[in-house]
Amino acid sequence: MTPRPARIQLFATCLVDQFVPAAGHAAAEVLERCGVEVHVPPDQTCCGQPAFNAGFADDAAAMARATIDALSRSDDPVVVPSGSCADMIVNHYPELLAGDATYGPKAKALAARTYEFSQFLVDVLGVDLPAAPAGPTLAYHASCHGLRGLGLREQPRRLLRAVAGARCTDLPDAETCCGFGGLFAVKMGPLSGAMLDAKLDAIERSGADLVVATDVSCLMHIGGGLHRRASRVRTRHIAEVLAGPDHD
Amino acid sequence: MTDAALAFHRRIDAALADVRLRQALALTTGRLAGGRTAAFAGLADSEACRDDARRARARAIARLDSSLDQFATAASARGCTIHWAETAADARQIISGIARERGIRLAVKSKSMATEEVELNEALEHAGVRVVETDLGEFVVQLGGDRPSHIITPIIHRSRQDVAALFREKLGATAEDVADIPAMTALARRVLRAEFLQAGMGISGVNLAVAETGSICIVTNEGNGRLTTTLPRVHVALLGLERLVPTAADLAAVLTVLARSATGQASSVYTNVITGPRRRSGGPGGPQAGDPDGPDELHIVILDNGRSRLLGTALSEILYCVRCGACLNACPVYRLVGGHAYGGVYPGPVGSVVMPGLHGVEAWAELAHASSLCGACRDVCPVKIDLPHLLLAVRREAAAKRLAPVWIRAAMPVYAAVATRPRLYRWAGRAAARLARVLQHDGWIRRLPGPLAAWTASRDFPAPAARSFVEEHQARKAAER
Repeated sequence: MTPRPARIQLFATCLVDQFVPAAGHAAAEVLERCGVEVHVPPDQTCCGQPAFNAGFADDAAAMARATIDALSRSDDPVVVPSGSCADMIVNHYPELLAGDATYGPKAKALAARTYEFSQFLVDVLGVDLPAAPAGPTLAYHASCHGLRGLGLREQPRRLLRAVAGARCTDLPDAETCCGFGGLFAVKMGPLSGAMLDAKLDAIERSGADLVVATDVSCLMHIGGGLHRRASRVRTRHIAEVLAGPDHD
Repeated sequence: MTDAALAFHRRIDAALADVRLRQALALTTGRLAGGRTAAFAGLADSEACRDDARRARARAIARLDSSLDQFATAASARGCTIHWAETAADARQIISGIARERGIRLAVKSKSMATEEVELNEALEHAGVRVVETDLGEFVVQLGGDRPSHIITPIIHRSRQDVAALFREKLGATAEDVADIPAMTALARRVLRAEFLQAGMGISGVNLAVAETGSICIVTNEGNGRLTTTLPRVHVALLGLERLVPTAADLAAVLTVLARSATGQASSVYTNVITGPRRRSGGPGGPQAGDPDGPDELHIVILDNGRSRLLGTALSEILYCVRCGACLNACPVYRLVGGHAYGGVYPGPVGSVVMPGLHGVEAWAELAHASSLCGACRDVCPVKIDLPHLLLAVRREAAAKRLAPVWIRAAMPVYAAVATRPRLYRWAGRAAARLARVLQHDGWIRRLPGPLAAWTASRDFPAPAARSFVEEHQARKAAER
């Protein structure tokens, strides 16, 4: 077991940074409540995953090096409120920079101390969160890269069950992709839209009020679909749910 | 975008609009994927079984040259005739030649994707040989002048009613003949039995070949494979050159996961291991007695058609594939559009690597973009091929060859330049937020310009925050101090 760190670096990811700052603040707040000091490295931008997935390996490597620089000014663990971006750092940076004598070893070192948010809370901090007695019914959407790249299966569910208990419901086909896939959603718009439709149908059938995920990328996609349908269902990043209704 | 890519997008749109196709696909892929899950749950250690199967395949591929030599030598020693086909045209020519030299006019075939790949039927018909598909699904494909849309279940795109109508039209079936699936199967069986008894040649694929023994293994569920390979005087087997395992024990390791992955069966109904043609002496009855049945000649045509080019490349892992189709059933894209949309012989995640791998990224790279990289395919692969990794390798090759759409090629360096300069990134974020204020309503954008319109065609886009998380966090910390 990793020793309990006193301080972490929060890598918010570009989507949280630019679109859902509330998820970043919530993640920081939950971590601080757990007694961990949160540092937000100011030079962080984007991990480079869109370029990586589009096949632009050189551009992706440039962004990986910049992110490694931003997150290597200290040896503190890096916590990422996204399974997909954490997967990028943990599984793909070392491979992408394997031939780079300077950044290859740095990529490996960073990968070894990078965690997705719920994974960090459960596996490293072993946190016990107080149950929230009332609130909306939650359905957890398993983001693909967290699920299959990092093996996030139990950690987020355990946290949500702790705070919401019986108000957690299961999505049918919970482990089927929502169709986001980054550029895929634009490059293959109709296909991505059809995958989203199936996911939205499953969400609406589940009776949930809130869809919760570890990734704002999936949530922007699902949320955009729900909003287009004028659905009453809302989306929330897991950090926001754990921070409780009072966080801002 | 290239013409091939545009045509692919058009086929996707057509498939998405086809309600009956989508119902048929959802039903069968759901049943197959569920069957696979249940079958693996019945194994004591399914991960270890997949690891064993992968190792068996990896060992054969790691020294493919010597594996092939060993196989060819062993098979020849058992009386097989080995032919090497470098291209699809070579395979067509070799097999047509075998038929022509023997005056064969009728060939029966068991299911083989490799023969689809080389378009064998057309070539044989051209050479005056009538070819009859004897796998029920392929029989229906042939009757309808159709193409298989799935590696394992070729008529996944067809409903029972479609097939009934086809049987009535092409076979003169009565209402009673097509009353239910057993009746339709019985009709096909009657039609095919006559063909089996007449055919001078049986043509099969090969699921796996054993280097050590020179044996070929063919798995089927209908018994047609057994008739095809024993009844006619000549048996021709088309073997993709990568489908080798080193030993019989390795064959067992792969068979443990093959049928489970393909159809959810612990093993297929018929598993045939064929080692040489019918022996004239030295059979099980003693040195003077031969085998009681089997073909007089067994020709094994070993097909390259681009496969050996993949050795040592970023795509070489795809050579481990045993064509079980599990990745198709697991893929959320295949499940929506089916096999025809992909436009090639091999659809789904595996096809999106195999087609560009065998035939070049220029015409086929777009297939690799029809994936959200969700990884469901990797989870179900019986030999643990990292399919998302291979899809990425195809995308990389395509990007290096400047095959990406112009807007992506233009945007990518700009995006990389911004993201590697934190101050520029902060400035660009603020500029985008200001621009979005014009486009948004209640925090959502209903219509985006340019290529991004593909997003807002089916969902709203969230407006960026007025102030980024990092800036807001810094401001809060400063205020606390």
